[in-house]
Amino acid sequence: MVDYKMKLTTEEVDILEGKQGPTLQKAMKSIVLYGETFGAERLLPIDGPVHLVTSFGIPILKPVFDMMEELISSGLATEKKFTVDPRPIDYKNVRCSILEKVVFKIMYGKQKDYEVQLQKVGLKDKNAFTCTCYLPQVGNVPKKGEILSWAESSAVVFANSVIGARSNRNSGVIELLGGIVGKVPEFGLLTDEGRKAKWLIEVKTSKIPEAQVLGSAIGIKVVEDVPYIVGLDKYLGSGISDNAIDYLKDMGAASASNGAVGLYHVEGITPEAIEQKRELLHEGYNIYVIDDEEIKRIIKSYPMLWKDKDLKPKICFIGCPQLSLNQLYGWVEKLSTVLKAKGKSRVAVNTVLCAAPDIAQEFKKDKETYKKLKDMGANLTSICPLMYMNNPLCSKKPVITNSNKLRTYTTARYFVDEEILKIIARGSIKGGEYNG
Amino acid sequence: MGRTFKGRAILGGNIKGECVVSHEGVNTLASFQKSALKKAKKVICSDQNNKELYNKNLTGKIMCLPKTIGSTTGGMVLQTIAQMGIGPLAMLFSEHIDSLAAAGIILSEVWTYKRIIAIDQLGNEFLQYVKDGQLIEIKEDGTIFVEGD
Repeated sequence: MVDYKMKLTTEEVDILEGKQGPTLQKAMKSIVLYGETFGAERLLPIDGPVHLVTSFGIPILKPVFDMMEELISSGLATEKKFTVDPRPIDYKNVRCSILEKVVFKIMYGKQKDYEVQLQKVGLKDKNAFTCTCYLPQVGNVPKKGEILSWAESSAVVFANSVIGARSNRNSGVIELLGGIVGKVPEFGLLTDEGRKAKWLIEVKTSKIPEAQVLGSAIGIKVVEDVPYIVGLDKYLGSGISDNAIDYLKDMGAASASNGAVGLYHVEGITPEAIEQKRELLHEGYNIYVIDDEEIKRIIKSYPMLWKDKDLKPKICFIGCPQLSLNQLYGWVEKLSTVLKAKGKSRVAVNTVLCAAPDIAQEFKKDKETYKKLKDMGANLTSICPLMYMNNPLCSKKPVITNSNKLRTYTTARYFVDEEILKIIARGSIKGGEYNG
Repeated sequence: MGRTFKGRAILGGNIKGECVVSHEGVNTLASFQKSALKKAKKVICSDQNNKELYNKNLTGKIMCLPKTIGSTTGGMVLQTIAQMGIGPLAMLFSEHIDSLAAAGIILSEVWTYKRIIAIDQLGNEFLQYVKDGQLIEIKEDGTIFVEGD
Protein backbone atom coordinates (compact mmCIF):
# COMPACT_ATOMS: atom_id res chain seq x y z
CA MET A 1 0.00 0.00 0.00
CA VAL A 2 1.04 3.56 -0.67
CA ASP A 3 0.89 5.91 2.29
CA TYR A 4 -0.98 8.76 0.61
CA LYS A 5 -2.57 12.04 1.63
CA MET A 6 -4.37 12.60 -1.65
CA LYS A 7 -8.17 12.44 -1.69
CA LEU A 8 -8.89 9.42 -3.85
CA THR A 9 -12.23 8.07 -5.06
CA THR A 10 -13.40 4.62 -4.01
CA GLU A 11 -12.46 3.25 -7.44
CA GLU A 12 -8.99 4.79 -7.26
CA VAL A 13 -8.46 3.28 -3.80
CA ASP A 14 -9.64 -0.12 -5.06
CA ILE A 15 -7.13 0.03 -7.91
CA LEU A 16 -4.39 1.11 -5.53
CA GLU A 17 -5.22 -1.83 -3.29
CA GLY A 18 -4.87 -4.22 -6.23
CA LYS A 19 -8.57 -5.07 -6.63
CA GLN A 20 -8.27 -4.64 -10.40
CA GLY A 21 -5.03 -6.57 -10.74
CA PRO A 22 -1.38 -6.08 -9.83
CA THR A 23 -0.34 -4.27 -13.03
CA LEU A 24 -3.02 -1.60 -12.85
CA GLN A 25 -2.13 -1.33 -9.17
CA LYS A 26 1.48 -0.54 -10.10
CA ALA A 27 0.36 1.99 -12.69
CA MET A 28 -1.89 3.69 -10.13
CA LYS A 29 0.82 3.52 -7.47
CA SER A 30 3.24 5.31 -9.83
CA ILE A 31 0.70 8.04 -10.57
CA VAL A 32 -0.27 8.50 -6.92
CA LEU A 33 3.36 8.61 -5.72
CA TYR A 34 4.10 11.09 -8.49
CA GLY A 35 1.21 13.29 -7.32
CA GLU A 36 2.13 12.95 -3.65
CA THR A 37 5.64 14.19 -4.41
CA PHE A 38 4.16 17.43 -5.71
CA GLY A 39 1.44 17.81 -3.06
CA ALA A 40 -1.43 17.01 -5.45
CA GLU A 41 -4.73 16.70 -3.61
CA ARG A 42 -6.60 14.68 -6.22
CA LEU A 43 -6.42 12.99 -9.60
CA LEU A 44 -8.09 14.55 -12.64
CA PRO A 45 -9.48 12.55 -15.57
CA ILE A 46 -7.59 13.19 -18.81
CA ASP A 47 -9.59 14.70 -21.69
CA GLY A 48 -7.51 13.85 -24.75
CA PRO A 49 -5.19 11.18 -26.14
CA VAL A 50 -1.74 10.69 -24.66
CA HIS A 51 1.38 11.72 -26.60
CA LEU A 52 4.34 9.49 -25.81
CA VAL A 53 7.98 10.52 -25.95
CA THR A 54 9.38 6.98 -26.20
CA SER A 55 9.34 5.94 -29.84
CA PHE A 56 12.62 4.11 -30.12
CA GLY A 57 13.44 0.47 -29.56
CA ILE A 58 16.87 0.77 -28.00
CA PRO A 59 17.55 -2.60 -26.33
CA ILE A 60 18.97 -0.96 -23.18
CA LEU A 61 15.46 0.35 -22.39
CA LYS A 62 14.66 -3.05 -20.95
CA PRO A 63 12.60 -1.65 -18.07
CA VAL A 64 10.27 0.03 -20.59
CA PHE A 65 9.82 -3.11 -22.73
CA ASP A 66 9.24 -5.21 -19.62
CA MET A 67 6.59 -2.80 -18.40
CA MET A 68 4.90 -2.75 -21.82
CA GLU A 69 4.79 -6.54 -21.82
CA GLU A 70 3.26 -6.49 -18.36
CA LEU A 71 0.59 -4.01 -19.50
CA ILE A 72 -0.20 -6.10 -22.59
CA SER A 73 -0.39 -9.40 -20.77
CA SER A 74 -2.76 -7.77 -18.27
CA GLY A 75 -4.97 -6.58 -21.15
CA LEU A 76 -4.34 -2.90 -20.40
CA ALA A 77 -4.40 -0.14 -23.03
CA THR A 78 -5.14 3.58 -23.19
CA GLU A 79 -8.79 4.52 -23.66
CA LYS A 80 -8.04 6.87 -26.60
CA LYS A 81 -5.55 6.04 -29.34
CA PHE A 82 -2.26 7.87 -28.78
CA THR A 83 0.53 9.46 -30.83
CA VAL A 84 4.25 9.02 -30.22
CA ASP A 85 7.54 10.74 -31.09
CA PRO A 86 9.24 10.11 -34.47
CA ARG A 87 10.84 6.88 -35.57
CA PRO A 88 14.66 6.74 -35.53
CA ILE A 89 15.52 5.35 -38.98
CA ASP A 90 14.74 6.11 -42.63
CA TYR A 91 17.51 4.73 -44.89
CA LYS A 92 15.71 5.89 -48.03
CA ASN A 93 15.76 9.58 -47.24
CA VAL A 94 18.63 9.82 -44.77
CA ARG A 95 21.52 8.11 -46.48
CA CYS A 96 23.74 5.90 -44.33
CA SER A 97 26.92 3.93 -44.93
CA ILE A 98 26.87 0.16 -44.53
CA LEU A 99 28.72 0.49 -41.24
CA GLU A 100 26.27 3.09 -39.95
CA LYS A 101 23.40 0.77 -40.89
CA VAL A 102 25.02 -2.07 -38.95
CA VAL A 103 25.27 0.15 -35.88
CA PHE A 104 21.67 1.37 -36.32
CA LYS A 105 20.50 -2.22 -36.57
CA ILE A 106 22.12 -3.00 -33.23
CA MET A 107 21.15 0.31 -31.59
CA TYR A 108 17.48 0.11 -32.50
CA GLY A 109 17.36 -3.67 -32.45
CA LYS A 110 14.04 -3.72 -30.59
CA GLN A 111 12.28 -1.21 -32.89
CA LYS A 112 9.92 -3.66 -34.61
CA ASP A 113 9.05 -5.44 -31.35
CA TYR A 114 8.49 -2.13 -29.60
CA GLU A 115 6.20 -0.85 -32.35
CA VAL A 116 4.12 -4.02 -31.97
CA GLN A 117 3.94 -3.32 -28.23
CA LEU A 118 2.86 0.27 -28.92
CA GLN A 119 0.06 -0.93 -31.20
CA LYS A 120 -1.21 -3.30 -28.54
CA VAL A 121 -1.23 -0.58 -25.90
CA GLY A 122 -3.17 1.91 -28.06
CA LEU A 123 -1.06 3.51 -30.83
CA LYS A 124 -3.25 5.56 -33.24
CA ASP A 125 -1.82 4.30 -36.53
CA LYS A 126 1.42 3.82 -38.47
CA ASN A 127 1.62 7.56 -39.18
CA ALA A 128 1.35 8.50 -35.52
CA PHE A 129 5.14 8.91 -35.14
CA THR A 130 5.87 12.63 -34.79
CA CYS A 131 6.87 15.21 -32.19
CA THR A 132 4.31 17.63 -33.69
CA CYS A 133 1.17 15.63 -32.92
CA TYR A 134 -0.69 18.89 -32.24
CA LEU A 135 -0.63 20.01 -35.89
CA PRO A 136 -4.01 19.65 -37.66
CA GLN A 137 -2.77 17.15 -40.28
CA VAL A 138 -1.72 14.76 -37.49
CA GLY A 139 -4.84 15.26 -35.45
CA ASN A 140 -3.92 14.87 -31.78
CA VAL A 141 -5.04 18.46 -31.27
CA PRO A 142 -6.23 19.29 -27.76
CA LYS A 143 -8.67 22.07 -26.92
CA LYS A 144 -8.07 24.95 -24.54
CA GLY A 145 -8.42 23.87 -20.91
CA GLU A 146 -8.24 20.15 -21.62
CA ILE A 147 -6.24 18.00 -19.18
CA LEU A 148 -3.51 15.96 -20.86
CA SER A 149 -0.93 13.33 -20.04
CA TRP A 150 1.88 14.23 -22.45
CA ALA A 151 5.63 13.97 -22.19
CA GLU A 152 7.56 15.16 -25.29
CA SER A 153 8.89 18.49 -24.02
CA SER A 154 8.33 20.45 -27.25
CA ALA A 155 4.76 19.15 -27.54
CA VAL A 156 3.94 19.85 -23.89
CA VAL A 157 5.16 23.44 -24.09
CA PHE A 158 3.21 23.98 -27.33
CA ALA A 159 -0.04 22.48 -25.98
CA ASN A 160 0.18 24.49 -22.77
CA SER A 161 1.25 27.79 -24.28
CA VAL A 162 -0.18 28.08 -27.79
CA ILE A 163 -3.36 26.05 -27.25
CA GLY A 164 -3.96 26.65 -23.55
CA ALA A 165 -4.41 22.95 -22.76
CA ARG A 166 -3.00 21.65 -19.48
CA SER A 167 -0.23 19.09 -19.17
CA ASN A 168 2.67 18.85 -16.81
CA ARG A 169 6.11 18.24 -18.23
CA ASN A 170 5.78 14.56 -17.56
CA SER A 171 8.57 12.11 -17.99
CA GLY A 172 8.44 9.32 -20.53
CA VAL A 173 6.53 6.25 -19.21
CA ILE A 174 4.67 8.35 -16.59
CA GLU A 175 2.61 9.89 -19.44
CA LEU A 176 1.65 6.39 -20.65
CA LEU A 177 0.72 5.29 -17.14
CA GLY A 178 -1.49 8.40 -16.91
CA GLY A 179 -3.18 7.15 -20.08
CA ILE A 180 -3.54 3.64 -18.66
CA VAL A 181 -5.25 4.79 -15.46
CA GLY A 182 -6.96 7.64 -17.38
CA LYS A 183 -5.97 10.14 -14.73
CA VAL A 184 -3.20 12.53 -13.77
CA PRO A 185 -2.40 14.23 -10.46
CA GLU A 186 -3.46 17.86 -10.19
CA PHE A 187 -0.37 19.96 -9.60
CA GLY A 188 1.95 22.41 -11.33
CA LEU A 189 0.84 23.43 -14.81
CA LEU A 190 -2.59 21.85 -14.24
CA THR A 191 -3.42 24.54 -11.68
CA ASP A 192 -4.16 28.26 -12.19
CA GLU A 193 -1.43 29.17 -9.70
CA GLY A 194 1.13 26.99 -11.46
CA ARG A 195 0.45 28.80 -14.72
CA LYS A 196 1.44 32.20 -13.37
CA ALA A 197 4.65 33.74 -14.68
CA LYS A 198 7.67 34.33 -12.46
CA TRP A 199 9.56 36.12 -15.23
CA LEU A 200 8.80 39.08 -17.44
CA ILE A 201 10.84 38.70 -20.62
CA GLU A 202 11.26 41.96 -22.51
CA VAL A 203 12.22 41.40 -26.15
CA LYS A 204 13.98 44.60 -27.24
CA THR A 205 15.81 43.44 -30.35
CA SER A 206 16.09 45.53 -33.52
CA LYS A 207 14.43 42.77 -35.58
CA ILE A 208 12.55 39.58 -34.82
CA PRO A 209 15.03 37.32 -33.01
CA GLU A 210 15.68 33.83 -34.34
CA ALA A 211 13.01 31.72 -32.61
CA GLN A 212 15.50 29.01 -31.67
CA VAL A 213 17.91 31.47 -30.05
CA LEU A 214 15.21 33.42 -28.22
CA GLY A 215 13.87 30.15 -26.80
CA SER A 216 17.37 29.08 -25.84
CA ALA A 217 18.03 32.37 -24.01
CA ILE A 218 14.72 32.11 -22.16
CA GLY A 219 15.25 28.46 -21.22
CA ILE A 220 18.76 29.07 -19.92
CA LYS A 221 17.55 32.01 -17.81
CA VAL A 222 14.24 30.84 -16.35
CA VAL A 223 14.98 27.08 -16.32
CA GLU A 224 11.57 25.61 -15.36
CA ASP A 225 9.70 28.79 -14.42
CA VAL A 226 6.91 30.25 -16.52
CA PRO A 227 7.94 33.32 -18.55
CA TYR A 228 5.61 36.11 -19.74
CA ILE A 229 7.11 37.44 -22.96
CA VAL A 230 6.47 40.95 -24.23
CA GLY A 231 7.57 42.56 -27.48
CA LEU A 232 6.89 39.71 -29.91
CA ASP A 233 3.43 40.81 -31.05
CA LYS A 234 4.93 43.68 -33.03
CA TYR A 235 6.63 41.04 -35.21
CA LEU A 236 4.10 38.22 -35.13
CA GLY A 237 0.87 40.22 -34.99
CA SER A 238 -1.95 39.60 -32.54
CA GLY A 239 -3.40 36.19 -31.81
CA ILE A 240 -2.40 32.86 -33.28
CA SER A 241 -1.54 33.04 -37.00
CA ASP A 242 0.24 30.31 -39.02
CA ASN A 243 3.48 32.27 -38.73
CA ALA A 244 3.03 32.64 -34.99
CA ILE A 245 2.39 28.89 -34.66
CA ASP A 246 5.63 28.08 -36.48
CA TYR A 247 7.67 30.65 -34.56
CA LEU A 248 6.28 29.66 -31.16
CA LYS A 249 6.69 25.94 -31.93
CA ASP A 250 10.42 26.43 -32.49
CA MET A 251 10.92 28.97 -29.70
CA GLY A 252 9.14 26.71 -27.22
CA ALA A 253 11.13 23.63 -28.18
CA ALA A 254 14.39 25.51 -27.58
CA SER A 255 13.17 26.86 -24.23
CA ALA A 256 12.14 23.34 -23.18
CA SER A 257 15.45 21.71 -24.14
CA ASN A 258 17.87 24.49 -23.18
CA GLY A 259 15.99 24.82 -19.90
CA ALA A 260 12.85 23.04 -18.73
CA VAL A 261 10.09 25.45 -19.74
CA GLY A 262 6.68 23.79 -19.86
CA LEU A 263 4.58 26.89 -20.44
CA TYR A 264 5.14 30.45 -21.64
CA HIS A 265 2.76 33.31 -22.23
CA VAL A 266 3.25 35.80 -25.04
CA GLU A 267 1.55 39.16 -24.68
CA GLY A 268 -1.13 39.73 -27.28
CA ILE A 269 -0.65 36.27 -28.82
CA THR A 270 -1.15 33.21 -26.62
CA PRO A 271 -4.70 32.56 -25.33
CA GLU A 272 -4.16 33.01 -21.61
CA ALA A 273 -2.07 36.16 -22.16
CA ILE A 274 -4.86 37.60 -24.31
CA GLU A 275 -7.45 36.83 -21.63
CA GLN A 276 -5.58 37.66 -18.45
CA LYS A 277 -2.83 39.99 -19.70
CA ARG A 278 -0.22 40.93 -17.06
CA GLU A 279 -2.48 39.58 -14.31
CA LEU A 280 -0.62 36.36 -15.14
CA LEU A 281 2.55 37.79 -13.61
CA HIS A 282 3.39 36.47 -10.17
CA GLU A 283 4.04 39.00 -7.43
CA GLY A 284 7.73 39.88 -7.25
CA TYR A 285 8.49 38.61 -10.75
CA ASN A 286 11.99 38.87 -12.24
CA ILE A 287 12.81 40.78 -15.40
CA TYR A 288 15.09 39.58 -18.21
CA VAL A 289 15.77 41.92 -21.12
CA ILE A 290 16.78 40.33 -24.41
CA ASP A 291 18.39 42.72 -26.88
CA ASP A 292 20.68 42.25 -29.88
CA GLU A 293 23.75 41.96 -27.63
CA GLU A 294 22.13 39.25 -25.51
CA ILE A 295 21.19 37.26 -28.62
CA LYS A 296 24.81 37.46 -29.82
CA ARG A 297 26.09 36.48 -26.36
CA ILE A 298 23.83 33.41 -26.26
CA ILE A 299 24.99 32.22 -29.70
CA LYS A 300 28.63 32.70 -28.74
CA SER A 301 28.12 30.69 -25.54
CA TYR A 302 27.38 27.47 -27.45
CA PRO A 303 30.36 25.13 -27.13
CA MET A 304 32.31 24.14 -30.25
CA LEU A 305 32.41 20.35 -30.34
CA TRP A 306 34.09 19.82 -33.67
CA LYS A 307 37.82 19.23 -33.67
CA ASP A 308 38.12 21.35 -36.80
CA LYS A 309 35.59 24.15 -37.02
CA ASP A 310 36.09 24.49 -40.78
CA LEU A 311 35.09 20.93 -41.64
CA LYS A 312 32.81 20.61 -44.64
CA PRO A 313 29.35 19.70 -43.33
CA LYS A 314 28.09 16.26 -44.37
CA ILE A 315 24.44 16.64 -43.41
CA CYS A 316 22.14 19.51 -42.54
CA PHE A 317 19.02 18.72 -40.50
CA ILE A 318 16.16 21.18 -40.69
CA GLY A 319 13.11 20.48 -38.56
CA CYS A 320 13.63 19.59 -34.91
CA PRO A 321 10.86 19.90 -33.84
CA GLN A 322 9.46 18.65 -37.12
CA LEU A 323 8.32 21.19 -39.70
CA SER A 324 4.74 22.29 -40.23
CA LEU A 325 3.31 22.18 -43.75
CA ASN A 326 3.69 25.96 -43.89
CA GLN A 327 7.37 25.67 -42.91
CA LEU A 328 8.01 22.93 -45.48
CA TYR A 329 6.79 25.20 -48.25
CA GLY A 330 8.83 28.03 -46.73
CA TRP A 331 12.05 25.97 -46.79
CA VAL A 332 11.53 24.92 -50.41
CA GLU A 333 11.24 28.60 -51.26
CA LYS A 334 14.23 29.65 -49.14
CA LEU A 335 16.45 26.90 -50.61
CA SER A 336 15.39 27.80 -54.11
CA THR A 337 16.10 31.50 -53.57
CA VAL A 338 19.55 31.00 -52.04
CA LEU A 339 20.60 28.53 -54.77
CA LYS A 340 19.40 30.87 -57.49
CA ALA A 341 21.35 33.74 -55.92
CA LYS A 342 24.51 31.59 -55.97
CA GLY A 343 23.87 30.45 -59.54
CA LYS A 344 23.43 26.83 -58.45
CA SER A 345 20.70 24.28 -58.97
CA ARG A 346 21.48 21.76 -56.23
CA VAL A 347 22.37 21.95 -52.55
CA ALA A 348 26.05 21.49 -51.71
CA VAL A 349 25.31 19.87 -48.35
CA ASN A 350 23.02 16.84 -47.99
CA THR A 351 19.98 18.69 -46.64
CA VAL A 352 17.28 16.75 -44.83
CA LEU A 353 13.94 18.32 -43.94
CA CYS A 354 12.00 16.57 -41.16
CA ALA A 355 8.21 16.56 -40.93
CA ALA A 356 5.46 14.33 -39.52
CA PRO A 357 4.43 11.40 -41.77
CA ASP A 358 0.95 12.89 -42.24
CA ILE A 359 2.45 16.26 -43.17
CA ALA A 360 5.04 14.74 -45.51
CA GLN A 361 2.23 12.78 -47.16
CA GLU A 362 0.16 15.95 -47.60
CA PHE A 363 3.18 17.82 -48.97
CA LYS A 364 3.98 15.07 -51.48
CA LYS A 365 0.50 15.42 -52.95
CA ASP A 366 1.77 18.72 -54.37
CA LYS A 367 3.90 16.90 -56.91
CA GLU A 368 5.37 20.05 -58.45
CA THR A 369 6.74 21.44 -55.17
CA TYR A 370 7.96 18.04 -54.01
CA LYS A 371 9.79 17.62 -57.32
CA LYS A 372 11.30 21.07 -56.87
CA LEU A 373 12.64 19.98 -53.46
CA LYS A 374 14.03 16.72 -54.84
CA ASP A 375 15.51 18.43 -57.89
CA MET A 376 17.47 20.68 -55.55
CA GLY A 377 18.94 17.51 -54.02
CA ALA A 378 17.21 17.91 -50.68
CA ASN A 379 15.34 15.10 -48.89
CA LEU A 380 12.23 14.83 -46.79
CA THR A 381 12.03 12.42 -43.88
CA SER A 382 9.94 11.78 -40.79
CA ILE A 383 12.71 10.59 -38.47
CA CYS A 384 13.98 12.23 -35.33
CA PRO A 385 17.44 13.62 -36.15
CA LEU A 386 18.41 13.30 -32.51
CA MET A 387 18.04 9.55 -32.76
CA TYR A 388 20.11 9.57 -35.95
CA MET A 389 22.85 11.44 -34.09
CA ASN A 390 22.78 8.89 -31.26
CA ASN A 391 24.63 6.55 -33.62
CA PRO A 392 28.29 7.10 -32.56
CA LEU A 393 29.39 6.96 -36.21
CA CYS A 394 26.92 9.67 -37.16
CA SER A 395 27.81 11.84 -34.18
CA LYS A 396 31.41 11.94 -35.43
CA LYS A 397 30.29 13.50 -38.70
CA PRO A 398 30.11 17.26 -39.14
CA VAL A 399 26.36 17.78 -38.96
CA ILE A 400 24.79 21.23 -39.00
CA THR A 401 21.31 22.23 -37.94
CA ASN A 402 19.04 25.17 -37.23
CA SER A 403 17.69 23.32 -34.17
CA ASN A 404 18.78 24.34 -30.73
CA LYS A 405 17.35 21.12 -29.32
CA LEU A 406 19.51 19.03 -31.65
CA ARG A 407 22.53 21.17 -30.75
CA THR A 408 21.89 20.65 -27.04
CA TYR A 409 21.82 16.86 -27.15
CA THR A 410 24.30 16.07 -29.92
CA THR A 411 27.46 17.24 -31.66
CA ALA A 412 25.40 18.94 -34.38
CA ARG A 413 26.45 22.55 -34.82
CA TYR A 414 23.86 25.30 -34.69
CA PHE A 415 23.52 28.08 -37.25
CA VAL A 416 20.78 30.65 -37.65
CA ASP A 417 18.55 30.14 -40.70
CA GLU A 418 20.18 32.84 -42.81
CA GLU A 419 23.67 31.44 -42.25
CA ILE A 420 22.68 27.80 -42.66
CA LEU A 421 21.14 28.58 -46.04
CA LYS A 422 24.40 30.13 -47.20
CA ILE A 423 26.33 27.07 -46.00
CA ILE A 424 23.90 24.71 -47.76
CA ALA A 425 24.48 26.61 -51.01
CA ARG A 426 28.22 27.11 -50.56
CA GLY A 427 29.05 23.67 -49.16
CA SER A 428 31.45 24.98 -46.59
CA ILE A 429 31.44 26.88 -43.34
CA LYS A 430 34.72 28.61 -44.09
CA GLY A 431 34.27 32.02 -45.57
CA GLY A 432 31.02 32.77 -43.79
CA GLU A 433 30.22 34.83 -40.74
CA TYR A 434 29.74 31.64 -38.82
CA ASN A 435 29.07 31.21 -35.12
CA GLY A 436 32.02 29.45 -33.77
CA MET B 1 33.77 19.44 11.46
CA GLY B 2 30.99 19.16 8.95
CA ARG B 3 27.38 20.21 8.69
CA THR B 4 23.97 18.65 8.97
CA PHE B 5 21.10 19.53 6.66
CA LYS B 6 17.51 18.32 6.72
CA GLY B 7 15.39 17.77 3.65
CA ARG B 8 12.32 15.80 2.64
CA ALA B 9 12.95 12.10 2.09
CA ILE B 10 11.05 11.17 -1.05
CA LEU B 11 12.65 7.75 -1.09
CA GLY B 12 14.80 7.39 1.99
CA GLY B 13 17.69 5.17 2.95
CA ASN B 14 20.79 4.96 5.14
CA ILE B 15 23.99 5.24 3.15
CA LYS B 16 27.32 7.00 3.00
CA GLY B 17 29.19 7.99 -0.12
CA GLU B 18 31.21 10.48 -2.08
CA CYS B 19 29.44 13.35 -3.77
CA VAL B 20 29.57 15.18 -7.08
CA VAL B 21 28.12 18.66 -7.21
CA SER B 22 26.36 20.67 -9.89
CA HIS B 23 25.19 24.17 -9.11
CA GLU B 24 23.08 24.25 -12.24
CA GLY B 25 20.21 22.00 -13.32
CA VAL B 26 21.45 18.61 -14.46
CA ASN B 27 20.32 17.57 -17.93
CA THR B 28 19.61 13.87 -17.40
CA LEU B 29 19.52 12.79 -21.04
CA ALA B 30 22.62 14.77 -22.00
CA SER B 31 24.50 13.55 -18.91
CA PHE B 32 23.69 9.83 -18.99
CA GLN B 33 22.75 8.84 -22.54
CA LYS B 34 26.22 8.33 -23.99
CA SER B 35 27.34 5.92 -21.27
CA ALA B 36 23.98 4.12 -21.30
CA LEU B 37 24.09 3.64 -25.07
CA LYS B 38 27.63 2.29 -24.86
CA LYS B 39 26.50 -0.06 -22.05
CA ALA B 40 29.44 1.34 -20.12
CA LYS B 41 30.29 0.01 -16.68
CA LYS B 42 30.11 3.52 -15.26
CA VAL B 43 28.51 6.77 -16.29
CA ILE B 44 30.86 9.49 -17.41
CA CYS B 45 28.83 12.67 -17.67
CA SER B 46 28.51 13.59 -21.34
CA ASP B 47 26.73 16.92 -20.97
CA GLN B 48 29.09 19.41 -22.56
CA ASN B 49 26.98 22.29 -21.25
CA ASN B 50 27.50 21.32 -17.62
CA LYS B 51 31.05 22.44 -16.93
CA GLU B 52 31.03 21.08 -13.36
CA LEU B 53 29.95 17.53 -14.21
CA TYR B 54 31.25 17.06 -17.75
CA ASN B 55 33.57 14.03 -17.99
CA LYS B 56 33.08 13.12 -14.32
CA ASN B 57 32.06 9.68 -13.07
CA LEU B 58 28.49 9.71 -11.72
CA THR B 59 28.08 5.99 -10.98
CA GLY B 60 27.74 5.19 -7.29
CA LYS B 61 28.06 8.85 -6.41
CA ILE B 62 25.75 11.04 -4.38
CA MET B 63 24.63 13.71 -6.81
CA CYS B 64 24.05 17.14 -5.26
CA LEU B 65 22.06 19.40 -7.55
CA PRO B 66 19.30 21.97 -7.62
CA LYS B 67 17.07 19.90 -9.95
CA THR B 68 17.17 18.07 -13.28
CA ILE B 69 16.36 19.70 -16.61
CA GLY B 70 16.10 18.85 -20.30
CA SER B 71 14.33 16.19 -22.35
CA THR B 72 11.32 14.44 -20.89
CA THR B 73 12.97 11.10 -21.55
CA GLY B 74 14.82 12.00 -18.33
CA GLY B 75 12.82 9.80 -15.96
CA MET B 76 13.09 6.81 -18.20
CA VAL B 77 16.83 7.36 -18.60
CA LEU B 78 17.22 7.38 -14.80
CA GLN B 79 15.16 4.19 -14.52
CA THR B 80 17.30 2.55 -17.20
CA ILE B 81 20.65 3.41 -15.65
CA ALA B 82 19.34 2.26 -12.27
CA GLN B 83 18.33 -1.04 -13.82
CA MET B 84 21.75 -1.31 -15.47
CA GLY B 85 23.34 -0.83 -12.05
CA ILE B 86 25.28 2.26 -13.08
CA GLY B 87 23.07 4.92 -11.53
CA PRO B 88 23.92 7.38 -8.81
CA LEU B 89 23.68 6.13 -5.23
CA ALA B 90 21.45 9.02 -4.27
CA MET B 91 20.22 12.36 -5.52
CA LEU B 92 20.17 15.31 -3.16
CA PHE B 93 18.18 18.26 -4.44
CA SER B 94 18.56 21.71 -2.96
CA GLU B 95 15.19 22.70 -4.46
CA HIS B 96 11.86 20.88 -4.79
CA ILE B 97 12.37 17.81 -6.95
CA ASP B 98 11.30 18.30 -10.58
CA SER B 99 8.79 16.14 -12.45
CA LEU B 100 11.40 14.26 -14.53
CA ALA B 101 13.62 13.22 -11.63
CA ALA B 102 10.55 12.34 -9.56
CA ALA B 103 9.29 10.08 -12.34
CA GLY B 104 12.70 8.44 -12.66
CA ILE B 105 13.01 7.50 -9.01
CA ILE B 106 9.36 6.39 -8.79
CA LEU B 107 9.55 4.23 -11.94
CA SER B 108 12.78 2.66 -10.67
CA GLU B 109 11.15 1.92 -7.33
CA VAL B 110 7.75 0.62 -8.53
CA TRP B 111 8.61 -1.17 -11.80
CA THR B 112 12.31 -2.03 -11.55
CA TYR B 113 12.57 -2.49 -7.76
CA LYS B 114 15.80 -0.46 -7.69
CA ARG B 115 15.92 2.39 -5.24
CA ILE B 116 17.63 5.68 -5.98
CA ILE B 117 17.59 7.46 -2.63
CA ALA B 118 16.17 10.95 -3.14
CA ILE B 119 16.04 13.84 -0.70
CA ASP B 120 14.80 17.24 -1.81
CA GLN B 121 14.38 20.77 -0.44
CA LEU B 122 17.79 20.78 1.23
CA GLY B 123 18.16 24.51 0.56
CA ASN B 124 20.61 26.72 -1.28
CA GLU B 125 22.96 26.79 1.70
CA PHE B 126 23.46 23.04 1.30
CA LEU B 127 24.47 23.43 -2.33
CA GLN B 128 26.84 26.27 -1.46
CA TYR B 129 28.43 24.25 1.33
CA VAL B 130 28.93 20.91 -0.35
CA LYS B 131 32.04 20.37 -2.48
CA ASP B 132 33.00 17.68 -4.99
CA GLY B 133 34.56 14.62 -3.36
CA GLN B 134 33.19 15.22 0.14
CA LEU B 135 31.67 12.29 2.02
CA ILE B 136 27.98 12.52 2.80
CA GLU B 137 25.99 10.36 5.22
CA ILE B 138 22.29 10.08 4.47
CA LYS B 139 19.65 9.01 6.99
CA GLU B 140 16.26 7.49 6.29
CA ASP B 141 14.39 10.57 7.55
CA GLY B 142 16.04 12.96 5.08
CA THR B 143 18.82 14.17 7.38
CA ILE B 144 22.21 14.39 5.75
CA PHE B 145 25.63 14.98 7.24
CA VAL B 146 28.32 16.49 5.02
CA GLU B 147 31.77 15.71 6.36
CA GLY B 148 34.22 18.61 6.56
CA ASP B 149 37.39 18.97 4.50
